[in-house]
Amino acid sequence: MRQALAAGWLTLFHKELLRFWKVAFQTIAAPVLTALLYLLIFSHVLESRVAVFGGQVRYTAFLVPGLVMMSVLQNAFANASSSLIQSKITGNLIFVLLPPLSPLDMYAAYVLGAIVRGLTVGVGVLVVTLFVSPAPVSLAHPLWAIAFAVLGSAILGTLGVIAGIWADKFDELAAFQNFLIMPLTFLSGVFYSIHSLPPFWETLSHFNPFFYMIDGFRYGFFGLSDVAPARSLALVGAAAVFLAALALAMLARGYKLRH
Amino acid sequence: MHAVEAVAIARRFGTVQALAGVDLVVREGEFFGLLGPNGAGKTTLISILAGLTRADRGTARILGHDVVADYRAARRALGVVPQELVFDPFFTVRETLRIQSGYFGLRHNDAWIDELLHHLDLATKADANMRSLSGGMKRRVLVGQALVHKPPVIVLDEPTAGVDVELRQSLWAFIRKLNGDGHTIILTTHYLEEAEALCGRIAMLKAGRIVALDTTQNLLSRFAGLTVRLSAAQLPDAWRPRLLREEGRVRYLGLADYGELERLLAALREAGIAIDELALAETDLEQVFLRIMAGSETTDEARPVVMVPEA
Repeated sequence: MRQALAAGWLTLFHKELLRFWKVAFQTIAAPVLTALLYLLIFSHVLESRVAVFGGQVRYTAFLVPGLVMMSVLQNAFANASSSLIQSKITGNLIFVLLPPLSPLDMYAAYVLGAIVRGLTVGVGVLVVTLFVSPAPVSLAHPLWAIAFAVLGSAILGTLGVIAGIWADKFDELAAFQNFLIMPLTFLSGVFYSIHSLPPFWETLSHFNPFFYMIDGFRYGFFGLSDVAPARSLALVGAAAVFLAALALAMLARGYKLRH
Repeated sequence: MHAVEAVAIARRFGTVQALAGVDLVVREGEFFGLLGPNGAGKTTLISILAGLTRADRGTARILGHDVVADYRAARRALGVVPQELVFDPFFTVRETLRIQSGYFGLRHNDAWIDELLHHLDLATKADANMRSLSGGMKRRVLVGQALVHKPPVIVLDEPTAGVDVELRQSLWAFIRKLNGDGHTIILTTHYLEEAEALCGRIAMLKAGRIVALDTTQNLLSRFAGLTVRLSAAQLPDAWRPRLLREEGRVRYLGLADYGELERLLAALREAGIAIDELALAETDLEQVFLRIMAGSETTDEARPVVMVPEA
């Protein structure tokens, strides 16, 4: 019986993987291409004009982990949120609501699916950008990089679950994505070091949780960061716990799912 | 133990009282019909049993398992064919059934899935994507999904809508077989002849209340009488309480016996109303349904017309 109970969420997790894998051209290849275009354009325009970490790291090399992490985060969010909203709008979420799946089962399956999609795209972006990057990119502390990638995709997967449950229409989900996720991502230091910002914006950046994910992930590559990685990890971990509790509470209440 | 036990279930959506205190027991092995007009609360009741909707008040149990407190066991005991024609466009028929099995903790369920595909006449479509199926085929996949875990209690919410006659017959043969094997079946349908042919007992819902609950046979015999289809310019006011349905000049009246028919004809003659056409019909479940629905419309508080104490 215990084994049978475990299998329910594993199947939902497996279904989440199949869902994006069946349209891999759209869900994996497209974001990899987008990241590649960012790299080609930004590195061409800014390589010789921007100095980061006091000139210790070339701009293009600095950009690579930023783009990788941005892709990880955006795709983790997209996976969980689009799966849930599509299922809600087409009505096939009923197939998940009728079986004996607990709120934790559903949460684990959707978020793990999001983590796998995020990391898959991230590895794809990393491989392609390393291949075309004119500047060498080191991997000084790979475990830190993996820890931030996993935690970051878990957080965005959780935000995807929250947004997917909350939104009733595609445009509401698009609003969540365009007015929350995108600004937080773009203003997190993907394309720049926050030390290059005016003091006000630098201070403000410290209130953006995405900044700590990108900064910590970048530490894994260069051994350099704007904030101590342990502090970033603690903050990112705390955000993950808070958001997971929120998503689980929504699932347990059946908010917008079980009327 | 009862297959389904609902006690004082109430549920309100905004200003609409979808269910206003429903008590219902369905015994194990029954083929039970849940009838009512649109908006009567049938789907809300089913949704509460399935855990898709929370009741404001009352409790519901599936084979003794509370649908909220012991939801895992309750849901494992229940298979629901939803009313809406929904599907996941990413998957084939076989993948859909395998995934649904997996949600219930069942791996290696292919022998039963093959049997389901055979009984639902979907064997040749096993590897077809759900998007490519006709509406009737999608409906049958929904039936298959509800049955993947061999639930002892099966709820079918309008399962034959959009399914052609031949397939409807084969579907009912399969559901009858499941009932014969001991599965409890709860059916809602708009095809009242289906309910009459299949269901041993029937509950009729109106405005969130049960207005009739009895064996199909008793319902038919209690309401034995004449249904008259009368086409005429008007109907004397004294006979309006007998009206079951009105469609322009055509009116359906429920009469107790032939003596009453004679009095109706006399009243028409006295009033100088010419009869265009007159026909009599046997009592069937549709007429019982119409009479009960018409009868309970006369009072704000719907009263049970026939209540049978549970065994």
